[in-house]
Amino acid sequence: MDDQNLVLVKNLKIEGLADEKWIPIVNGIDLHLKKGEVLGLIGESGAGKSTIGLAAMGFTREGCRISGGEIYFDGIDLVNADAKTKRSLLGKRIAYVAQSAAAGFNPAHRIIDQHTEGPVQHRVMSVQESRNDAIELYRKLQLPSPKEIGFRYPHQVSGGQLQRAMTAMAMSCRPDMIVFDEPTTALDVTTQIEVLSAIRDIVEQFDTAAIYITHDLAVVAQMADRVKVLLKGDQIEEADTVTMLSDPQEEYTKSLWAVRTFKRPTKPMVSSTTTPIVSLKGVNASYGKTPVLENVNFNIHPGRTVAVVGESGSGKSTAARCIVGLLPPTAGDVLFNGIPLPAHYKKRTKQDLQKIQMIYQMADTALNPRKTIFEIIGRPVEFFLGLRGKEKRRRVEELMEQIEMDPMTYIDRLPSELSGGQKQRIGIARALASEPSFIICDEVTSALDQLVAEGILKLLANLQDSFNLSYMFITHDLATVRAIADEVVVMKNGEVIEQGLKDDMFQPPHHPYTELLLSSVPEMDTTWLDTLLESRQVDKTVQNH
Amino acid sequence: MILVYLIISIVGIFALGWLFRWTGQKISWPKEEWNIYFRDMSYLVGVGFIFGVALILFTLYVYFILQIKFFVWGVQLLVICGVSGYIFRFLGRRIGTEGSRKLFRSMPVTAAFGILTVILYALLAVFADFIAPYEQDEIFEVINALPGGNPDLGGDPRFLLGTDQLGRDLLTRLIYGAQNTVGIAFATTVFSFLIGITGGFLAATLGGWVDQVLSRAVDALMAIPQLIFALLLMTIATAWAGSNKVMIMVYMVLIIAVLDSTRVYRLSRAVGLNIVVMDFIEAAKVRGETLRYLLFREILPNAMAPLLAEFGLRFCFVFLTISALSFLGIGIQPPLADWGTMVRDLAQFINFAAFSPLTATLPLLAAGAIALLTVAVNFIVDWVLHKSSGLKS
Repeated sequence: MDDQNLVLVKNLKIEGLADEKWIPIVNGIDLHLKKGEVLGLIGESGAGKSTIGLAAMGFTREGCRISGGEIYFDGIDLVNADAKTKRSLLGKRIAYVAQSAAAGFNPAHRIIDQHTEGPVQHRVMSVQESRNDAIELYRKLQLPSPKEIGFRYPHQVSGGQLQRAMTAMAMSCRPDMIVFDEPTTALDVTTQIEVLSAIRDIVEQFDTAAIYITHDLAVVAQMADRVKVLLKGDQIEEADTVTMLSDPQEEYTKSLWAVRTFKRPTKPMVSSTTTPIVSLKGVNASYGKTPVLENVNFNIHPGRTVAVVGESGSGKSTAARCIVGLLPPTAGDVLFNGIPLPAHYKKRTKQDLQKIQMIYQMADTALNPRKTIFEIIGRPVEFFLGLRGKEKRRRVEELMEQIEMDPMTYIDRLPSELSGGQKQRIGIARALASEPSFIICDEVTSALDQLVAEGILKLLANLQDSFNLSYMFITHDLATVRAIADEVVVMKNGEVIEQGLKDDMFQPPHHPYTELLLSSVPEMDTTWLDTLLESRQVDKTVQNH
Repeated sequence: MILVYLIISIVGIFALGWLFRWTGQKISWPKEEWNIYFRDMSYLVGVGFIFGVALILFTLYVYFILQIKFFVWGVQLLVICGVSGYIFRFLGRRIGTEGSRKLFRSMPVTAAFGILTVILYALLAVFADFIAPYEQDEIFEVINALPGGNPDLGGDPRFLLGTDQLGRDLLTRLIYGAQNTVGIAFATTVFSFLIGITGGFLAATLGGWVDQVLSRAVDALMAIPQLIFALLLMTIATAWAGSNKVMIMVYMVLIIAVLDSTRVYRLSRAVGLNIVVMDFIEAAKVRGETLRYLLFREILPNAMAPLLAEFGLRFCFVFLTISALSFLGIGIQPPLADWGTMVRDLAQFINFAAFSPLTATLPLLAAGAIALLTVAVNFIVDWVLHKSSGLKS
């Protein structure tokens, strides 16, 4: 075999067990990785990215098996290696960083105790050495107060910090290779930057080889030297990152690249005399005694989309809960067509409830898993419109056609038998079923792949045109805002920081916080992260002087 | 002496386990997977294999050489149960609609046996009047006839399972016992679940003071030992009811249902709390759905799996409580046949176990009937739980 390659995978085939049959997941993938090189694996969910990443460590998930091919790590045959050999490699020379650090850490132990476990187990360092080393790594990853942070429990640090602590843990034995499985997908844009730059620095510093799995192209552009595009267990193409971004060869890759180009024309400003369909007037709200909203004012006009943007914890979703009446405001009013709504949903009329609908972020928890699609969509049809029997069925079928799903195939299925994008469509259909005039979309695309998300956005745009719907679009993804919004409201710490037409918002001058948000969105440019970090560094030094 | 044997056999098993793994690794097996299996086998797995073999040999030794009566009967019963379960499943896979056949295909033998047993019990309970050879309070001149019906061994061919001290046919009373004990236990469990689920879901959905009041009331009820409390209440109820035996039974059902519903309440509240935070509940609330719809249409279907498992378990406990109360003399009243009472009436015969195994089986018949149903119900519950924990409904 080639001495230069640290990892060499030849014609790898993996099968998974489903319904007592072995179904191929990965069909013959080749992969090679040199020391200090970063390979990006890109694809939609179900493309087999994580499976390949884990297989490169010689590991398969429960219910999967390697059915063919060879995997070599530093000349060691991982497919046929016995348990002892694998145990001596994993954690010591090969490490793994999972998508959700919160789920990856044991909540019952301090972070540093989990950190030292690997080095001590593999007899690389003593407990004391490993602790000192951990603190050194925390410093390198720019965690705040590196000396103390390790002695906290996982729930006592933020998500971004935990993700960095997990990267530090992966580095604890100075492995030759790390597999990063979507390490920043669950994070805000602003925290994502910190984690990305930390990962990149440390990989460079220790000359570690890495496999970086993600579905976000802009992220992979910053991190990887080479990119491999996967679709349903097959390799579509592989090239240097720069080449891949500027000159993709295959149709599928081009379609991935093109996702971010969907953009609706902005509708003109409504005249100030029109009554807004929903408007918040000086709304304050609190959970118990903690205030979460402070003097929030904004209007949503008929037929328009207002995007509400901000980090998690900025009060976007709380504002939505005030509008639907789940969280009565402590002060201020919610006006619907110019008339104040009762604060609590129980006091509202059936008509008020019918006209305001909501689509949720997680379609998994938003649809009752024990009910069929017909029951889920049919209930509001029956409840609000009073249709029964054949009429109800016809209406449900009509709604399913509007969300571009075949009624014959799907109407009697359970939510668990649908894909993520289809579930979200059912969520939209349920909202449409009550014939609303105003829909709140709470992060409806953030749990979806980019191609699927784009489909949902297009569907929402079409529905808006056909039924003159108004949307309040809660999101932290500015690409989505660019695509669909007419107006933008920026929130931070429960206050509205800036609001206006979308086109104005994307033009300078910005409010400093808007600027931070805008600049944190990764771009499809390999030098973007460097440039950004440099400019922020300059800002900091200027401020310090 | 026994200790020495024990130590020798334990050391022997551990040594043989090591030897087993060692030889397994030395031999090159025709199948590649076997080689890998032995290579990665941990030491204790090897010991486990040898221990299993030793256990089987020991069973055969006791069965064929020592021939201890109860052990032989136990093994025979186990084999009969296993075979009947297997045959039942085999038939189920070939007879019936496509759906029912599919159900049987995914069923372990234990579950098949459980279903078969429950069906048999149900048939016995429903058709007791036709199946039972005599009346449940009919008294004969032969007392304490032994099971088997062989006059040489103290039996009587008219009474297959023997008679009790008053000369009542045990087979008849076992069959009627199915009707009385199982029927009442089922009714009680259903009742306790109605109370418990409604209360638990209400507390989970409404929260606040409703939750506080209900939960503290349940805490207070649970603080008193259940059997003692039931005894106390039954004494009061018996005084109220006077000589009206039907009313005593109604009171018993109510008392046990209420006392048992506290456990159901706790479970359904805990399960409900996890469900009410889901977005689809929020969606239903904002739609303006009534409380009844929320509880029984949105929450209940999602709580079905744990509640069903609890139902199986609770049914057994209720059943045992009723038997226990009957055993103490304040449950199901004579002359109605009841398994608990039967165990009590014949309990002293267990002392004959050492020299007359056949005599000792008299109280064991009713006890066995209770045990068999308990085990069968739990087999079914295990299977249902396993099924519903999968991806599909």
